[in-house]
Amino acid sequence: MRRLLAMIVKESWALLRDPKARIVLIMPPLLQLFIFTFATTLDVRNVDIGVLDRSSGVHSSELVSQIAGSPNFRHIIRLESSADLKRAIDRQEVIAALVIEQDFDRDVAAHRPATVGIVLDGRRSNAAQIVAGYIGRVTAGIGADPTIEDTEGGTIVTNWFNPSLDYIWFTLPSLIAIVVSVAGLSITSQSVARERELGTFDQLLVSPMRIHEILIGKMVPPLLAGLFNATLYLIVATLVFGVPFTGSLFLLYPALIIYIIALIGVGMLVSSISQTQQQAFLGSFLATVPLILLSGYASPIDNMPGWLQVVTYANPARYFLIIVQGQFLKAMPMGAVFDQLWPLALIAIVTLSASAWLFRARME
Amino acid sequence: MAETVANASKVVKRFGAADTAPALDGVDIAIIAGQITGLVGPDGAGKTTLIRILAGLMAPTGGDIAILGQPPGEMLDQIGYMPQRFGLYEDLTVRQNLDLYADLRALPPDERDTTYARLLDFTDLARFQDRLAGKLSGGMKQKLGLACSLVRTPRLLLLDEPGVGVDPISRRELWAMVADLKGEGIGILWSTAYLDEAEKCDRVYLFNEGRLLFDGPPSDLTDRIKNRVIRITEFEGSRRHFLTHVLDRDNIIDGTIQGRAVRLLVRDGQAIPTGRDLGGDKPVVVTPADPRFEDGFIEILGGGPKGTSRLAESYRTIPAGDGAVIEAHGLTKRFGEFTAAKDMKFSIGRGQIFGLLGPNGAGKSTTFKMLCGLLTPTSGSGSVAGNDLRTAAAEARASLGYMAQKFSLYGDLSVRQNLDFFAGAYGLDRAEARRSIAAMIEIFELGKVVGQNAGALPLGYKQRLALACAVMHEPPVLFLDEPTSGVDPVTRRVFWTHINGLVDKGVTVLVTTHFMDEAEYCDAVSLIYRAEQIATGTPDELKAEAARLANLDDPTMEDAFIALVEDSDRRRDTAGREAA
Amino acid sequence: MTMPAIRFDRRRLTALMAKEAAQIVRDPSTFLIALVFPLVLLFLFGYAVSLDTSRTRIALVLEDSSAPALALSQSFINSPYFDVTVARSVRDVRSKMVDGSVRAMIVIPQDFGRMAKLGRLPNIQVATDGSQPNTASFAAAYADGVFQSWAAAEGLGARAPAVTTSPRFWYNPALRSRFFLIPGSIAIVMTMIGTLLTALVVAREWERGTMEALMATPVSMAEFIVSKVIPYFILALASMALCTAIAVGPFGLPFRGSVLALLAISAAFLMPALGLGLFISSATKNQFVASQIALLAAFLPTFLLSGFLFEISSMPRWIQLITYAVPARYLIPSLQTVFLVGDIWPLILPNIAIMLAFGLGFFLLSFRVTRRSLD
Repeated sequence: MRRLLAMIVKESWALLRDPKARIVLIMPPLLQLFIFTFATTLDVRNVDIGVLDRSSGVHSSELVSQIAGSPNFRHIIRLESSADLKRAIDRQEVIAALVIEQDFDRDVAAHRPATVGIVLDGRRSNAAQIVAGYIGRVTAGIGADPTIEDTEGGTIVTNWFNPSLDYIWFTLPSLIAIVVSVAGLSITSQSVARERELGTFDQLLVSPMRIHEILIGKMVPPLLAGLFNATLYLIVATLVFGVPFTGSLFLLYPALIIYIIALIGVGMLVSSISQTQQQAFLGSFLATVPLILLSGYASPIDNMPGWLQVVTYANPARYFLIIVQGQFLKAMPMGAVFDQLWPLALIAIVTLSASAWLFRARME
Repeated sequence: MAETVANASKVVKRFGAADTAPALDGVDIAIIAGQITGLVGPDGAGKTTLIRILAGLMAPTGGDIAILGQPPGEMLDQIGYMPQRFGLYEDLTVRQNLDLYADLRALPPDERDTTYARLLDFTDLARFQDRLAGKLSGGMKQKLGLACSLVRTPRLLLLDEPGVGVDPISRRELWAMVADLKGEGIGILWSTAYLDEAEKCDRVYLFNEGRLLFDGPPSDLTDRIKNRVIRITEFEGSRRHFLTHVLDRDNIIDGTIQGRAVRLLVRDGQAIPTGRDLGGDKPVVVTPADPRFEDGFIEILGGGPKGTSRLAESYRTIPAGDGAVIEAHGLTKRFGEFTAAKDMKFSIGRGQIFGLLGPNGAGKSTTFKMLCGLLTPTSGSGSVAGNDLRTAAAEARASLGYMAQKFSLYGDLSVRQNLDFFAGAYGLDRAEARRSIAAMIEIFELGKVVGQNAGALPLGYKQRLALACAVMHEPPVLFLDEPTSGVDPVTRRVFWTHINGLVDKGVTVLVTTHFMDEAEYCDAVSLIYRAEQIATGTPDELKAEAARLANLDDPTMEDAFIALVEDSDRRRDTAGREAA
Repeated sequence: MTMPAIRFDRRRLTALMAKEAAQIVRDPSTFLIALVFPLVLLFLFGYAVSLDTSRTRIALVLEDSSAPALALSQSFINSPYFDVTVARSVRDVRSKMVDGSVRAMIVIPQDFGRMAKLGRLPNIQVATDGSQPNTASFAAAYADGVFQSWAAAEGLGARAPAVTTSPRFWYNPALRSRFFLIPGSIAIVMTMIGTLLTALVVAREWERGTMEALMATPVSMAEFIVSKVIPYFILALASMALCTAIAVGPFGLPFRGSVLALLAISAAFLMPALGLGLFISSATKNQFVASQIALLAAFLPTFLLSGFLFEISSMPRWIQLITYAVPARYLIPSLQTVFLVGDIWPLILPNIAIMLAFGLGFFLLSFRVTRRSLD
């Protein structure tokens, strides 16, 4: 017990006193917090739209001015010809161009269905689809007779958990899973590789310290760093950005700890197969990229091919992402948390035992 | 008078603010063509800084420097420079390294074949041309480093500690190679912490803490202490005991063990003590001895430590047990096809120092690591303090103190945190830990640096801290892996004073070392070469054996080492020829 | 003060580059960054990251069992956009919404059949899982679409909007997100080789003491820098070519531009990427710190601030200003254009010019920093 305590104290100091570890600990999470919260939005705003108006009537002018009035669009660029249009799209001067044909005004005036063509830049297909949606909404209002009251039915949409579909409510909770994974993996793999390079690892192995004591001690820095980052994000998300936290901290934190331990297991695996700090760094980097991209954060797991969806079951981030989103927005109850927790615990047990075994083997 | 190839006067170098202590403080030096100029001093004396300034890699804060009459950095194609880590690309082959430096130094293509032939022959690396530099032994790397700096015969050759960490044979070979170069009129600067090398230089500059303490031919220094060095034999009791007592006397400023004898340096102005002075009722035999450069160096630094170790005084007495404390029975380690250590056999009794000597890569580290539990033996068995390595490895580890080659401490933790950690790692309880840490801080004079990061300490402090961490739990067994490498002679003596004291209390010590004079402190040594024990015995027995083999008169430990290794090679060749 | 600044000797340069090439071949980290990493990244962006909506798992709650309600529910079941589970009550679905096993719930209310029989357009309720805003809005839009086309077929509330749009997505008519993600990941691969790998190898020379040995030879600073730049330049182009081959082959991307344009764009981008790598390593002289800074200064911005995943125009003004300093911002549209559109020089050339200007800046900076020798 005394040995374990000494190991834990030493690891905590090592984390806090090593200026290089501090870089890993503080800089990336802060930078990511800023960039992600501000830069990552799937809304499309401030884009320029081209208009090729061959109709030039009242209704087409109304359409154009409605478009110009939309807060999502910045400039309306008048195009004179098809060639003009192609040039503007090709050079990415506009993301989309409206093509209003000659008979547009006539059709609208006659209450015949009229069609507006939109040419969109498929290079940015994602943004283009959203822009197409915006334009569709604007055009739907054109020519409608405002005197007819709409008493008919239709689709009534409510968004549970996030009524106004605020993107930051999605980003910030998910970021906790991401940031913790970066800290967990890189700090774990570095701390072992570093001791090995400095020769202090031999010193540890020669002491009466047991392998499990060393491993538990090595779990402390990433655990502390992960908890620190997660708490920082939790505070910023709720207090600064007003993301609701509807769940229970008593469920979130135990889940967080199990998640970090699972990550540490992965980090330990990386470090036990790398010889130098540089290899440990590259290894943890190579592990982090799929960890994030296969978590369901970058894109829904449902969108992946079936065989790849199976692979994601081995990804600890997948489970914690569901828990953290659930705890923030959905008041996820204990039973549902547990459903995600046991696979995490299983991953932790498998990776940690594998790395303990590898450590013993690598002592040779 | 030969040409002066490099001349520097009043060189000052400061790192950081103007009020910090300078790394070099008004140093004058001249390097003469066709001579070996020695740059001598302990770690941190400023040797590397001066060499880098001469090579044009650093700008001095003040002073005048002329290299071949030009400012430094102008005549780069006339300078050969071998940095401390040899500057080799370890992931390139020997040949690729040579090619690179040949092209960089614009060796004409038509001269290449003859130059390579000469260099490879000279360094004996011809067989290894396609081997990666990283896979060479320390001695071979050093020779390759030298070859790379010689691809175009320079007029000034700067060698920064070429002998560090290399076994005596390689060092001797390197010295012979460089001595050859003198004949070509090259001015050579050889920086070293080995004082026996300094003795062979034509002219020596002796440094400490950035200041020049002495310059001139080495004999000038030894002349100062002529007649003050004596050799004592025929004393009662253990030599360690005797040395401890003698060093506590005021008129003796330094002493070392040499086999069954003890060598002493008498304080300036004091009479040479007689046999009765030192032995009392049982007079000892006092004979004059030749002064060495190291004696002069110690004298200049104000003498060595006194004989009594405060560490040993406060240490518990290790109870006598029955049988040997450390035992190796046919320890063998194979890595795949390669045998790293074969059939190691020895047994070390309580209160003995046992030394493992041998060239790099010979298998002494492997043997050492098997005994402290870092490697599992492929076959054979061993025990430490009665605990079998296979069945009771954790108990075996709990009973030993370990000091690693590079003083492996946690550089980002403070001195105090390091002590705290090792106290905990060895399971000391709170009260014991507090008492023991306080004692260590006092004995090793760590009070001033207790809050500093261990990584930022000068090497001498690091070594003291490493020893403190290893002995805090008062283990009955100490494992020391190159415990004094790179440390100045005075610090080394302090270290051995402690070890001698601990051994007196019954501690058993296993040590590996490159310093042959340190092997003299051992009760028994085993010489390991090509994964086998080629000789085991007391230092005097080994020297006697060497004297017989090589027809030497009064060989040093280093002579013995070389003779025994060469004899082993000879036998191997004969065996090989007979087999063929 | 030490190395002479600019001086080229063909033999020294060749020797240095030959040395670099030999190291590249033997270094496992080169292998990891230049071969394994691109393959992993391309694989992930080709398969794992798909912003194309595929089948969304929804629950359908039938509170009405009339013929029209059953007909509409059949439309939902037949829709390619949905993977439908039928449930009896809203309460049953709630927990599935919480654990994310369904992303939306469609309720066909009790009076649905009655309204439909009256010839009026009935209501349906769509509740989405707002914790995934993207999926939520897609699901709502598709649900509405299914409902509207069902209503139109039934002749209910035949109030087609007066104006409809007919969008056409040029250059990527099937809206495959792979088409823009793959060129973006090529940009990331080049950033990794150009900046991270270069930063590591130069920092390694400092760390291992070989820099010191080189500095004591007549090698000039310019020779040293060029000898680092050219091999990694070639390596990055080779890796880019590999990625392009995979993109056009297994991933079926079109390649409508010319190889010349692709080379020109990549070469221009490698100038700032390599320059930044050299600068970082010379400034830090330590592999670990260099790699961390390279991640922060090159990898993250390329990922997040280049327009690769997130629209720059939608970011706050001050972040938009920062993106102007991210070289990949100029690379990614050019790459996408060369793949999907063709050689649109008026778009490509200004981007190339800006990237070259950045490259020049970084090289001058690293030149300054590296010259300071061992002090």
